Amino acid sequence: MTKGHSIALLILAAMVCTLPNMTDDSYFITLMIFSGINAIVAIGLCILMGSAGQVSLGQAGFYGIGAYASSVLSQSFGLPVAASMICAAVISAGAAVILAVPALRLKGHYLAVATLGFGEIIHIILNEFGPGGPSGFGDIPALSAGGFAMTDPAHVAWVVWGILLLLMVFSLNMLNARPGRALRALHGSETACNAMGLNVVSLKIKVFVLSAVYASIAGSLYAHYVSFISPSSFSLFHSVLLLMMVVLGGITTVWGGLVGAVIITLLPETLKAFQELDVLVYGLILTLSLLFLRRGIVPIVTGKIHSLLERRNA
Amino acid sequence: MLTVFLQFLFSGLTVGSVYALVGMGFNIIYNATSIINLAQGEFVVIGGLLMWFFLESCKLPFLVAVALTILSAGLVALIMERLTIRPLKTHDLLVMIMVTIAVSIVMRGLLMFKFGKDPYSFAAFTEGDPLVICGAVIPLQTLWVLGITGTCILALYAFFNLTMAGKAMRACSFDPIAASLVGIPVSRMIMFSFILSAMVGAVGGIAITPISLMEYDKGPMLAVKGFCAAIMGGLGRGRGAVVGGLTIGILESMTAGYLHSGLKDAVALLILLAVLFFRPAGLFGSASMQRLKGH
Amino acid sequence: MRFCKTTIALALLLMISVSFAAAQEPIRIGAILSVTGAASFLGEPEKNTVLMLKDQINKAGGINGHPLEVIIEDSKSDETQAVLAAKKLIDRDKVVAIIGPSTTGESMAVISTMTQNKVMLISAAAGTGITLPVKERYWIFKTAQYDMSAVEAIYTELKKKGISKIGIITITTGFGDAGRKALQEIASQYGISIVADERYGPKDSDMTAQLTKIRAAGAQAVINWSVGPGQVVVTKNWHALKMGIPLYQSHGWGSKKNIELAGKAAEGVIAPLGRVVIWDKLPEKHIQKALLKKYVTEYESRFKGEPGQFGAHAYDAMQMIAEALKKVGPDRQKLRDYIENNLKNWPGAGGVYTMSPSDHCGLDKNAFEMVVVKNGDWILLK
Repeated sequence: MTKGHSIALLILAAMVCTLPNMTDDSYFITLMIFSGINAIVAIGLCILMGSAGQVSLGQAGFYGIGAYASSVLSQSFGLPVAASMICAAVISAGAAVILAVPALRLKGHYLAVATLGFGEIIHIILNEFGPGGPSGFGDIPALSAGGFAMTDPAHVAWVVWGILLLLMVFSLNMLNARPGRALRALHGSETACNAMGLNVVSLKIKVFVLSAVYASIAGSLYAHYVSFISPSSFSLFHSVLLLMMVVLGGITTVWGGLVGAVIITLLPETLKAFQELDVLVYGLILTLSLLFLRRGIVPIVTGKIHSLLERRNA
Repeated sequence: MLTVFLQFLFSGLTVGSVYALVGMGFNIIYNATSIINLAQGEFVVIGGLLMWFFLESCKLPFLVAVALTILSAGLVALIMERLTIRPLKTHDLLVMIMVTIAVSIVMRGLLMFKFGKDPYSFAAFTEGDPLVICGAVIPLQTLWVLGITGTCILALYAFFNLTMAGKAMRACSFDPIAASLVGIPVSRMIMFSFILSAMVGAVGGIAITPISLMEYDKGPMLAVKGFCAAIMGGLGRGRGAVVGGLTIGILESMTAGYLHSGLKDAVALLILLAVLFFRPAGLFGSASMQRLKGH
Repeated sequence: MRFCKTTIALALLLMISVSFAAAQEPIRIGAILSVTGAASFLGEPEKNTVLMLKDQINKAGGINGHPLEVIIEDSKSDETQAVLAAKKLIDRDKVVAIIGPSTTGESMAVISTMTQNKVMLISAAAGTGITLPVKERYWIFKTAQYDMSAVEAIYTELKKKGISKIGIITITTGFGDAGRKALQEIASQYGISIVADERYGPKDSDMTAQLTKIRAAGAQAVINWSVGPGQVVVTKNWHALKMGIPLYQSHGWGSKKNIELAGKAAEGVIAPLGRVVIWDKLPEKHIQKALLKKYVTEYESRFKGEPGQFGAHAYDAMQMIAEALKKVGPDRQKLRDYIENNLKNWPGAGGVYTMSPSDHCGLDKNAFEMVVVKNGDWILLK
C-alpha cells in the first residue's frame, strides 16, 4: 500500500471516529451508515470490474442473500449475529461459485447479462420462498458484540465504517501485491495470463467470490440495522444503482467505489427539492457524468492533484 | 384439455410477440454497433403512451396517430444517438451499457413528468367479440398483435435483404472499416439503426396497449425479457429473436398454467442462463461467427 | 412618573410581542408518503389531501393560533428511504407526530425508529402487522382498514350467495401477498375452500393462463387481490374469457379510473369499497356522508381527480392529529394517549373509528360497503 493510500486511510479513520460523536442527529448518522454499507458492496464491485475487468449486474442478489441468510440464522436459529453474518457470507460465496463456474466462459455483454439473470432469479426466489414472501419480515436482531446489542446508531456507524476500513486495507494490500497484479493481468489479456501459467479459471472464481462476500457482509449489516427487510430492496434497480456508484467514482480504484457510494447515497437527499422531477434529474446527472467524467471522479481528481504537484516540483 | 392448452398457447403468443419485437430492436442496434441498448424497453412505452396522447388526447384519426407515434419514437432515438452514443467514441462496453441505462432513466423521468404514474389504454383496433377456437377464447386484439408482429418481421427481412440501405447496415455489422472503405456512411447507418429499432419497439407498444395497458415504468421488464429473447435466438440474428420471444412467451404461459404461476418470471431468466452457459451463440447463431466477431 | 409609564409601556409591548412570537410558533408534523416510485398511486392523493387539509386548518386560524406546518418527505416507495425520512423528520425537523408511510413494507421498516424515539406514527397502510401485536406497537396507529376486514366483507357476501369453492389470483407484491394470506387464513370459517391459488407480477400483460386454470379447477367465483393496472388486465381477461363466474376485487378497486380503463369488461365486478368512493350513493343521514361530500368535492375542485380510498387514509390521519393537537397541544406522549383513548365512534372518511389500547386501527369490516359496477358507475350491492 502506498504512502498516499495510508495517509488517506488514516484521515478517513479519524473522521469516522469523531463524526458520530459530534452530532446528535440520527438522520445524519443513518446517512453515514447507509453510505458505508453501499461502499462495502461498491469496493467489492470495483475489484471485480476495475481490476479484473469482469462485469456484474447482479450484486443485489448477493446483497440480498447476505441480508436474508443472516436474518434467518440469527432470528430463527438463534445464532449470534456475528456468526450469522459469517455463515451468510459463506452461503453467498457458495452461490458465487455456482454462478462463476459456468459464467467464466462468457465475456463482455454475455457475462453482464448472465449476472443480471442470476441477480433477478435470486430476487424472484426471495420474493416467492423467502420468509414473509413479498411482504418481507421484521424483528431481526440488532447488531451485537458479546451479548451487547447496539441500539445507538453511532455504535452501528462505527461498526459499519470499521468493517469498511478493514476491507479497504485488505483490498488495497491485495491489489498492490501479487493477487492484484494477477487480476490486472487477467483484465489485460486472458491469453497472456494462460501463457504465463496463471490459472485463469480459479482467478475468476476467486474474484467473483470476493465481491460476493463483500456484498453479503453489507447486506447483513443492512438487515441487522433496519431490522426489517423485504425483497423489494434487492432488485435489479439496486444492482444498477451499485453499478452507477462504481462507474461514477471510478472503477480503477477502490477509493472510487467509496466516493461513488457516498455520492449516490446522498444524492436523493439533495434532490428532494426537485420533487416530481427528481427521477429525471437523477438520470441527467448520471448521463452527463458518464459523458464528461468518464474515468470516474476519483481518478480525475487525483490526476489533477498529481499534475498540480508535478507542476509545482518542476 | 385442448381448450386449456390453446388458451395458454395464445396467451403466450401475445406477450411473446412483444418480447420478439423488443428482441428484434436489440438486434438491429447490436448489428450496426455492437451496443446493447438497455433503453429498448422505453421505446415500447413511448409507443404506447404517445399513441394514447395522439389518439385520445389530441383526438387525431387512428392512422395519423400511428404515423406520428412511430415518427416521434424515431425522433427520440435520433436525439439519443446524437447526444449520447455518438460523442462516446469509445467501445468500452461498460460505459456504453451504463449510458444506455442512464438514458433509460432520463426517458422514464420525462414520461413520468408528462404522463404521471397512471396506466393508459385506448380502444382495441377493431371492436367485436373474441374468436373462439376449440373453446379457447382469443380476443381480436391478440390477432392484431400477432399480425403486426408478423408483418414487422417480413418487412425487416425485406429491408435487410432486399434493399440497398438494409444491406449497407448489415455490412456495417460485419466489418465497419471495410464498409466505410466501400463508401458506406457508417455513422449514418448507426443513426438509422437506432431510429429503426425505436420504431419497431413503438409498434409493439401501440399493439399491446389495448390488451395490457401501458405505464411509464414498464420499460425495464420488457427490456430484460426482450433481451433474453435476442440472446436465445442468437444476438444479431433477426429471426432468432422472433423464435426466442415467442418461445419465452409460450413457456411463461405454460409455466403459469401448468406449474406454478409465481415462478413464471423466472422462466425467461432460466432460459437465458441455460442458453448463455451451454450455447452462447444462441439457437441460430454459429459459434464460429461469434468468435470471428471477437466476442 | 414618565419613566414609570415608559417602562410599563415597554414592558407591555415586550409581553405582547413575546406572546405574539409564541403564538406564531408553528406546530410541526411530518408525513412520509410514496409520492414517486412503485406506490405513487397511493402517495399522490395522500400528499394532496394533507396539503389541502393543512391549508384549510391554517386558514381557519391554525391550531389554537399556531400555524400548522406539515413536512412531507417522499419515500420513493423505498423502505430504506422511508427510514431515512423518519429519522430526518424526528431529529432535524423535530416533528410531534408522523403520518404515513403509504405502504405496509415501509411502515414496518420505520416501526423501530418511531418506537425508539417515542414518536407517534399514524400509518396509511393496510398491513395487519403494522398495529399487531398491540403490545409491541405502543406508538403505532393506522387509518387504513385491515386487509382481513376486506376479506371478511367479501366472504360474508359469498356465504350469503352460497358460494363455497373459489379461485384466488393475487399480485406478487406486499399488498397482494397480504390479501392472499388473509384469504387463506379465514376461508374455512366461512365454509369456503380455495380450489386455485394463482399469482402474477406487477408488470405482467396477460393473465388468461391463470384465469383459465381457475375456471378449470371448478371455482364458483374468482377473487383478484391487487392494486394498479393488474386489476384492469384481470378484469379484461375475465370478461374476454366469458368465465361465467363472478369476479370480486379487493378494496384496491376503488378508483373510477379502473372502470374507465376496463370499459364494459367492468360490468358486474363486485368489491368492498370504502365509502369515500360511493359517498353520493349513501343515504342522506349516513354519519359519514356530510364530511365525505365536503372532502371529495373540495379535493376534486382543487386537484382535478378523485381522492379515492388512499386519500381518505391520509385525511383521517390529519384530522385525528389536528383534533388531538387542539385538545392536548404539541406533546408527543399526550398526542399518542389522546389518539389511543379519545376516538370512540369517531366518523372519518375511511369509516367510523373506535381506537383503544387493544386496537390501534379502529376499523372493521363495517368500514366497507359491497359495491357492484353497473353501467359504468358504482351502485351499492343489495
